[in-house]
Amino acid sequence: MTALDGAGLRSRVRRLLADHPPATTDRDDFLKARFDAGLAWVHYPPGLGGLDAPRSLQAVVDAELAAAGAPDNDPRRIGIGLGMAAPTILRFGTPEQKERFLRPLWTGEEVWCQLFSEPGAGSDLAALATRAVRDESSGDWIVNGQKVWTSSAHLARWAILIARTDPDVPKHRGISYFLCDMTDPGVEVRPLRQITGEAEFNEVFLTDVRIPDAHRLGEIGEGWKIAQTTLMNERVSIGGARLPREGGMIGPVARAWRERPELRTRDLHGRLLTLWVEAEVTRLTGERLRQRLAQGQPGPEGSGIKLAFARLNQEISGLEVELLGEEGLLYSDWTLRRPELVDFTGRDAGYRYLRAKGNSIEGGTSEVLLNIVAERVLGLPAEPRTDKDVAWKDLAR
Amino acid sequence: MSARPPADASPDLLYSDTEDDLRAAVRSLLTDRADVSAALARAESGDPYDTGLWTSLAAGIGAAGLLVPQELGGQGASHREAAVVLEELGRGVTAAPYLTSSVVATETLLGCDPGNAAHTDIAGLLTALATGHRVAVLALPLTTAPDAKLPVGGPGVTGVADAVRADVLLVLREDGLYAVETASPGVTVDPLTPLDLTRPLADVTVEEPAGLRIAAPPVAEAAVRRGLLAGAGLLASEQLGLAEWCLEETVRHTRARHQFNRPVGSFQALKHRMAQLWLEVVSARAAARNAADALAAGSPEAPLAVALAQAYCGRVAVHAAEECVQLLGGIGMTWEHPAHLALKRAKSDELALGSPGRHKETLSALVGLPGPE
Repeated sequence: MTALDGAGLRSRVRRLLADHPPATTDRDDFLKARFDAGLAWVHYPPGLGGLDAPRSLQAVVDAELAAAGAPDNDPRRIGIGLGMAAPTILRFGTPEQKERFLRPLWTGEEVWCQLFSEPGAGSDLAALATRAVRDESSGDWIVNGQKVWTSSAHLARWAILIARTDPDVPKHRGISYFLCDMTDPGVEVRPLRQITGEAEFNEVFLTDVRIPDAHRLGEIGEGWKIAQTTLMNERVSIGGARLPREGGMIGPVARAWRERPELRTRDLHGRLLTLWVEAEVTRLTGERLRQRLAQGQPGPEGSGIKLAFARLNQEISGLEVELLGEEGLLYSDWTLRRPELVDFTGRDAGYRYLRAKGNSIEGGTSEVLLNIVAERVLGLPAEPRTDKDVAWKDLAR
Repeated sequence: MSARPPADASPDLLYSDTEDDLRAAVRSLLTDRADVSAALARAESGDPYDTGLWTSLAAGIGAAGLLVPQELGGQGASHREAAVVLEELGRGVTAAPYLTSSVVATETLLGCDPGNAAHTDIAGLLTALATGHRVAVLALPLTTAPDAKLPVGGPGVTGVADAVRADVLLVLREDGLYAVETASPGVTVDPLTPLDLTRPLADVTVEEPAGLRIAAPPVAEAAVRRGLLAGAGLLASEQLGLAEWCLEETVRHTRARHQFNRPVGSFQALKHRMAQLWLEVVSARAAARNAADALAAGSPEAPLAVALAQAYCGRVAVHAAEECVQLLGGIGMTWEHPAHLALKRAKSDELALGSPGRHKETLSALVGLPGPE
């Protein structure tokens, strides 16, 4: 196949639109046709929703389709599938797995969730205790354990799962990676209520869940390495959104400041300006990271951006609650709800303040990310470790 | 009440190949001539400048003329390139009248209509500055912010940076801007004892009628503000270079230094501080590049970009230098290790061309976030 440029892609988009006019085509049918035309994610291989085209050209396709009023796959609803499961399946899956899973993943027909963290394995994820034991007669894997902080588990049809298949080797080497059917009768999903009052996440209990060996991703014992691909993509997606000036958490507080002069004090003014400066500089830092990526020079700034946003979101939302005075003492609604989408800046100031507390924990705590920057970017020596050459079963728990 | 400020058009925040080449040339020159004990001895003598280095930087590499058009004997480059030179001079805490002469004074003269055929004096002076043969400084206190009230009138000005090295002073009077030969009668330059020995300060007195008028009042003030704005914007790159050197030196030291039978850099308590500093340096780079790019483009957003960079980068340089002194332990407190030169430069730079707080007040007006009452 010859290399595709913007013009080539546009002509493919026109053909797709001519063959499947969005106005008269069912949404799911259109999305499937788009996938089959290689216009889902153009950098994926032909036959798997792509055309082996440069990733940067996806924007051309998206813009053309949006202009024609075509439906999209509601990417925010299926972020875990698109951002984490798909790149991992693409890289490590068998031809059958790619063929089976990628199309309904991309169209949103099948929602995915991620079964990684456990009550006893957060920052030290490799210490996870969920066991997958081979049933010798059928060759299936029998999985038992508990996972936590699982968004979309109550909506998901499939999960990416890491579980321990060998407790007798050091922890990083005894893990395998599976694609888990969330409709298995051994899967129980319970909402996990958080400090905001709502339940954006779930706990997932796995009791004798049966996974056929055909749904193992990669080799036995290679699960940790494969999970690194998933987690790298998670951090990119957390730090990666492009923002306009005042586009993040600083937006609502700047608006309140402008609209309600009676709330202003000198102390708040100084602190607001400091945070405005930091928010704008961090936005530019993200912009610089994107410019480097576009030139094919991925920089280490990504881990930094996530750190910066976590701290800023917390400080800015804290200032906003303070600015609002008596209104800051109120909260919109403590009712337990299970939102399908998460918006850090949504709802009221109290919600923003509380939800932002998670920003320095989810996707790698700020403390762990600082270690990563110190060791991988600055080349500082690691702390002495006591867990590296010890079999998992002998670790303190 | 102002509306919400619009998102700026995408600035180019990266370094071009030409800028990378320029950086390599300047760094190689500074590395060849880096000699801490010689620099300390020169600094204590009150004459910290390395004449050979200035000649190589200004004339050899052509750095002094980056902002000057080619028809006036300069390189016809832009603030983006000058910013890269300043990053390197910041890294070396180099004593050179680059910010004062090659940026502030040069930009001020460029604001005085040098292309006008009647202004051959301005053009001639720009050519001399562009080649580094002469040095000019704006006779204002180093602390003057681009939007500050400009002092005019009295003959004396205090705290003028690099005046001891200047051949020409640019003096703002009620009836315009004057170029005054430092050697002419009626001019005295009294050196002060500066916190930062690598950027000498002096009290300057210029008795009238010394000097040649190069701009009438409205043009004169606009030209001076233009010079100060470019200076403040590019000072952010000097601060970035300073901070970067401090972080590198701290990492180098804490990797090598052993206590408790391990490198001290393996302790999380220290690592986290250095990682935090790295994040600040990465952010300062985005802010400094944004300011340099806006100045180079002549963007209407340049005052905002400059105030943003100055509100941020000054604090980063000071933080980096303070962390460097602390994490170097006792060595950081000695005279022989250059960390103190970086600290003194960083602290002085924080006040230069307007403090971070002053620039935040400027931003407050520019982005429509006014204070109470």
